[in-house]
Amino acid sequence: MQSFAKTFARNMLGGIALALMGSISAAGAAEVNLYTTREPGLIQPLLDAFTKSSGVKVNTIFLKAGLAERVATEGDKSPADILMTVDIGNLIDLADRGLTQPVHSEPLAATIPAQLRDSKGNWFALSLRARTVYAAKDLPFNSFNYEDLADPKWKGKVCIRSGQHPYNVGLIAAYIAHYGEAQAETWLKGLKANLARKAGGGDREVARDIKGGLCEIGVANSYYVGLMRSGKGGPDQEAWAKAIKMILPTFKNGGTHVNVSGGAVAKHAPNKADAVKLLEYLVSPDAQKIYAEGNFEYPVNAKAHVSPLIGEYGTLKPDTIDLAKIASFRKKASELAEKVGFDN
Amino acid sequence: MSHAELHLARAWRMTRGAGWGWRCGAIVIAALVCLPIGSLVWIAAQGSPDLWPHLLEHVLPRTVTVTIVMLLGVGVLAAAIGTISAWLVTAYDFPGRGVLAWALLLPLAVPTYIVAYAYLDILHPVGAVQDAIRWLLGYSSPREFRLPDVRSLPGCILLLGFVLYPYVYLTARAMFLTQAASLIEVARTLGASRAGVFWRVALPLARPAIALGVSLALMEALNDIGASEFLGVQTMTVSVYTSWISRADLPGAAQIALIMLLIVVALIVVERHARRNQRYAVAAQRSRLLPPVRLKGREAAVAFTLCSLPILMGFIVPATYLTLEAIKRYRFAAISSQIVRETLNTVMVSAIATLVVLACGLTVAYAARLRDRKSSRFVARAATLGYATPGTVLALGLLAPVGLVDHWISDTLKNWFNVTVGLAILGSGGALIYAYAARFMAIAAGGIEAGFNRISPSLDQAARTLGTTASGVFRRVHLPLAKPAIAAAGLLVFVDCMKELPATLLLRPLNFETLATHLYGEAARGTYEEASIAALIIVVIGILPVILLARVGETARRGN
Repeated sequence: MQSFAKTFARNMLGGIALALMGSISAAGAAEVNLYTTREPGLIQPLLDAFTKSSGVKVNTIFLKAGLAERVATEGDKSPADILMTVDIGNLIDLADRGLTQPVHSEPLAATIPAQLRDSKGNWFALSLRARTVYAAKDLPFNSFNYEDLADPKWKGKVCIRSGQHPYNVGLIAAYIAHYGEAQAETWLKGLKANLARKAGGGDREVARDIKGGLCEIGVANSYYVGLMRSGKGGPDQEAWAKAIKMILPTFKNGGTHVNVSGGAVAKHAPNKADAVKLLEYLVSPDAQKIYAEGNFEYPVNAKAHVSPLIGEYGTLKPDTIDLAKIASFRKKASELAEKVGFDN
Repeated sequence: MSHAELHLARAWRMTRGAGWGWRCGAIVIAALVCLPIGSLVWIAAQGSPDLWPHLLEHVLPRTVTVTIVMLLGVGVLAAAIGTISAWLVTAYDFPGRGVLAWALLLPLAVPTYIVAYAYLDILHPVGAVQDAIRWLLGYSSPREFRLPDVRSLPGCILLLGFVLYPYVYLTARAMFLTQAASLIEVARTLGASRAGVFWRVALPLARPAIALGVSLALMEALNDIGASEFLGVQTMTVSVYTSWISRADLPGAAQIALIMLLIVVALIVVERHARRNQRYAVAAQRSRLLPPVRLKGREAAVAFTLCSLPILMGFIVPATYLTLEAIKRYRFAAISSQIVRETLNTVMVSAIATLVVLACGLTVAYAARLRDRKSSRFVARAATLGYATPGTVLALGLLAPVGLVDHWISDTLKNWFNVTVGLAILGSGGALIYAYAARFMAIAAGGIEAGFNRISPSLDQAARTLGTTASGVFRRVHLPLAKPAIAAAGLLVFVDCMKELPATLLLRPLNFETLATHLYGEAARGTYEEASIAALIIVVIGILPVILLARVGETARRGN
């Protein structure tokens, strides 16, 4: 027990020393601090490339929930320079809570289409992902309307994840934006009645379950198809992807529902200049190529092209309804999912 | 009055008056633990009651029922498995008992969210196990035949019960080993049947221990978010998350969380009230060792099976799954270089937090012992409230006060010494240690208190009468005598810190990853295979303290 206690004590002293060193940031070398709800594995290649080309070191913290709360608490002492999220709702929340600052950057404005950034420069979309339909490969159609997910002919044949997942909340919110709350409720009830299994799991499970014959169609995000087909997820997932085709569904009176990953410069960013530099880098053709080919997302820079693993399923025509408007229906959408007992 | 009598009288006055340092310490600790909860109350008050009509109509009837059924199920299952296995390995001797006695603790090393994920994948309708079953039964597709979905309330109860029972096993076994031993022997000598000894002597004596173990298991179950989310079980904790994350309604989330906390407190009060008139202290310092009864043949086989089933379900199956996945992954893509650093980080933070928790737990438990009054018991209970709050909610409550202190420190240093520092507590990981300490104080304080309770108060009185100060008695009597209990509490806290995810995610400094956060990062983007290596390391590192924990138990058994 004695030596055990000694080891503990040594570790503790070492820990405190390390912690203190960490809290007093090293002066000199240029650094940018990134708070992100984006999984570190997905953006690390981009950040490494940025550091290589600019010499600016990027420190990261991956937070899932609570990014806004943490930055708000840290206030004017916050080390955060850039805030990144993978949901438009979260991005707009950050701006609404006054945690971001307007950025005027020629390259950002020139590259990102107007509907994919805040007009005052409080946030910028960096990549797009579509909420698609995965269908069994042999089904005889290549187009689909979101409205038809509630068609009784699909009874017992649809797979989807939890209705409270931000991706689904976004889709329901888009439906409300198109048709209003009452019609959205009817639609959601219809979709719920069509489920082959309890709503849950992840998007890739939709492909797995279609392969296993549990369901025929399902709702899932576009980039998973690329991840699975590329073999990055291992041989099992490659087999799942072979069982499906991806369809870019549309609303009858609109386009495909998309969500964005995006970034904003924090209100009290201590390294604002380098933070803007990082954002500008992220929309450059080089970085957008990594988004497209490494993560299988749709680039926001027209000069970059989507990976062929995704691109061969057709050209994305994003819905024209304002993203901010969709985001404003998020709360209603989440309540609606509870009201119809979507996850029960 | 003789000189000696005078001395005695003075000594007694000292006994009653002294120890204020301990009491102040305990009050400060309790206040620090309650601070995040106070901050939650403040957050909840910022909100409007607008969301309640919706919650009452569409959400709470279901989530409250689900939560109650889940808690009842997990409670009964964990109590049954923990108590029966503890009784079997303590009161009986059969082949394999030596290994089973410590292996029964192994599920502690596996976080619930990992177990949930492992079983979901193993028993997936489109997976090898169900394919094999269908092949055997002659079905061709999961549409024709599949096992009941793991993603269900019964699935959740089974999984959590088989992972959380060691909390009961640990406390019940300690009780059977030490305190109950002599009474059990008396009952045996008087000719009580085996069943009679268990039902009429061992079980009633172990009731406080089982209650403690079950309450730890239930709080883990109630506050679990990973497993319930994976399993699609709509508990109240999930409602808290939905309100906060899907609707960005933090005050609403805090309101639900506080109501949950009230329910937990009410349950604890009821349980304590139910056994208010019972005393469990045994005068003897060293109870005699309980001589196990030898089982043979079929009886031995039944005992062996009963004790190995929980280990199989709660540890061997998920650990084997993780190992296979990790090997698959390792072949497919090399191990990440950061994982060594993440392992060190995990061990370091958990170790520091454990020391802090132990120091605080000792202070609280000893202060309660010095003055066995309502007020000090209240302080001791208050110090354990953190465990009754979900990790993220506690961490959220902690953010605001820690932020205030950080700003104050920074401004003071700037104004007085013109030194610029960042956020001293949030930026250094101090907030992380604080969160762990607030969260796991209940485990330490409960375990240490139980250890202290086995020390007869006459020892304190004798030592104090001989002129030793309160702190002297603590150092020279309680610390050595309660060593096994303290060590056990420390090991349990260490394992829990290692597995902790939500508070770690929210409060850690920049560029600081632990195994759990790495695992979560991978899981969040769906690359579970990559996460399997980190998960396996968490389990492997967790095994070591668990084995130590079992050895502590054995030491106690041999009477030090």
